[in-house]
Amino acid sequence: MSEISWGLWELLLQGVWITVQLTVYSAALAAVVAFVIGLARAHRLWIVRFLSGAYFEIFRGTSALILMFWIFFVLPIGFGWQLVPMWAATLALGLSYGAYGSEVVRGAVNAVAPAQREAGIALSFSPAQQLRKIILPQAWPEMVPPFNNLLIELLKGTALVSIMGVADIAFGASLVRNATGQSAPVYTIILVMYFILAFLLTRGMRVVERHAKAGIGKAPEKREGLRSKLSAGQVGDITRSGAAPAGGAGQ
Amino acid sequence: MSADSSISKETANPAVDGSELIRFDHVTKRFGTNTVLDSLDFTVSSGKHVTLIGPSGSGKTTILRLLMTLLKPDEGTIRVGGEYLTHEKKGERLVPAGEKHTREVRKNIGMVFQQFNLFPNMKVLRNVTEAPVHVLGMPKEAAEERAHELLDLVGLTEHVDKYPSQLSGGQQQRVAIARALAMRPQVLLLDEVTSALDPELVAGVLDVLRDIAHTTDITMLCVTHEMNFARDISDDVLMFDSGRVIESGPPEKIFTEPEHERTREFLSAVL
Repeated sequence: MSEISWGLWELLLQGVWITVQLTVYSAALAAVVAFVIGLARAHRLWIVRFLSGAYFEIFRGTSALILMFWIFFVLPIGFGWQLVPMWAATLALGLSYGAYGSEVVRGAVNAVAPAQREAGIALSFSPAQQLRKIILPQAWPEMVPPFNNLLIELLKGTALVSIMGVADIAFGASLVRNATGQSAPVYTIILVMYFILAFLLTRGMRVVERHAKAGIGKAPEKREGLRSKLSAGQVGDITRSGAAPAGGAGQ
Repeated sequence: MSADSSISKETANPAVDGSELIRFDHVTKRFGTNTVLDSLDFTVSSGKHVTLIGPSGSGKTTILRLLMTLLKPDEGTIRVGGEYLTHEKKGERLVPAGEKHTREVRKNIGMVFQQFNLFPNMKVLRNVTEAPVHVLGMPKEAAEERAHELLDLVGLTEHVDKYPSQLSGGQQQRVAIARALAMRPQVLLLDEVTSALDPELVAGVLDVLRDIAHTTDITMLCVTHEMNFARDISDDVLMFDSGRVIESGPPEKIFTEPEHERTREFLSAVL
């Protein structure tokens, strides 16, 4: 890899920064869309359910790449102004990954025991209070792992923007490849770069997940590491199972 | 668990004069083709403790759920303290109640569930203070002071800072009782509150409820299979079968000399 000069490395690292920014911006937009659409799909008014369901189906069923082109090239025809490629990409990725995310939100909210809502009614909480204080805090820990998957999909999906000339990792890689004429080292490097970014995201989301579970009184799960597997084989230590009910078994 | 007499004054409701507090008029509830309540009429006077007994599927729990507005009646009306729970008056006409009206009337009613239904995302103290603060608009300090009193009443002072998942079933149910009382309801609905508990935990919960029944003026509607408890606390016992009240009276009469054959069968099966 000695052929890649410092200048070219810089190009790749700048690409990493653009990829990170793009991931953060589109993830923020996707999160907003996911919650709004996901909750709207369980709304009591049919028209709200219908519109949000239509949004979900349309954006799930369209390619993020074509959507990006559409926002960049077709919207200007109608509106007379053009988004910079970065924002067109953010919009396209945020809207389509938000559609996937809405399914996660809807599923997690539905999975909260109906009895929790009943307890909320019995204490006269308004529907909005029930959602905010009871349902969402319990649904949130269930959302984190699938959100992690989506986030990594999104990270990898950002490579699409290189086609529109946004200088992300993939774009930087093609420049470097043109300069050096060598594919193997460049693509190996960016393979590893994407992997490291994804790995860091997963680590971050683990922390979020542990925090979310602690917030509903669940002890953090035993780590499924090699070390714990080895020791579990030796002793079946029941007393370690965390907060055992004080008054007896069963409940 | 000592009876705390100061509680009785605090939960005293303004209308303990034996006047009619709950009234069901021709209430019918169906699930599909199954008629669970069949044109039911009954009233409960303020301050009374009423136990609903009967075979499972006879509609007892449905009555509590209708009162808590977790279900809507198909026909008939329910009133609590003279106010329609299910309907509101538009001029002279009765129309189905809106969410806001229902919530207002419902504030007078508290419920304890079979499965406790504590909020797992809140610690014990917040389970008890959340609704008084955010629904009744109580200042936080006052709500916490009150919560400490109630948690003391149910014998859980040392657990205020735990999550529900760290408590036993019996402890969770006692928190649920404190949580319901924190709203100062006029009516407390108890829906088979010991059925999900291990046998050795039942007594503690029933002791707390006996305490509350004997030291407060709160009106209680109780669905239970604990016949001794029912006998201890009830002013009236209603025997249900197939969505109708087939017999009612003071516990001494119902439990010792029931008139109805069906009641005798039921009691001999459960006692």
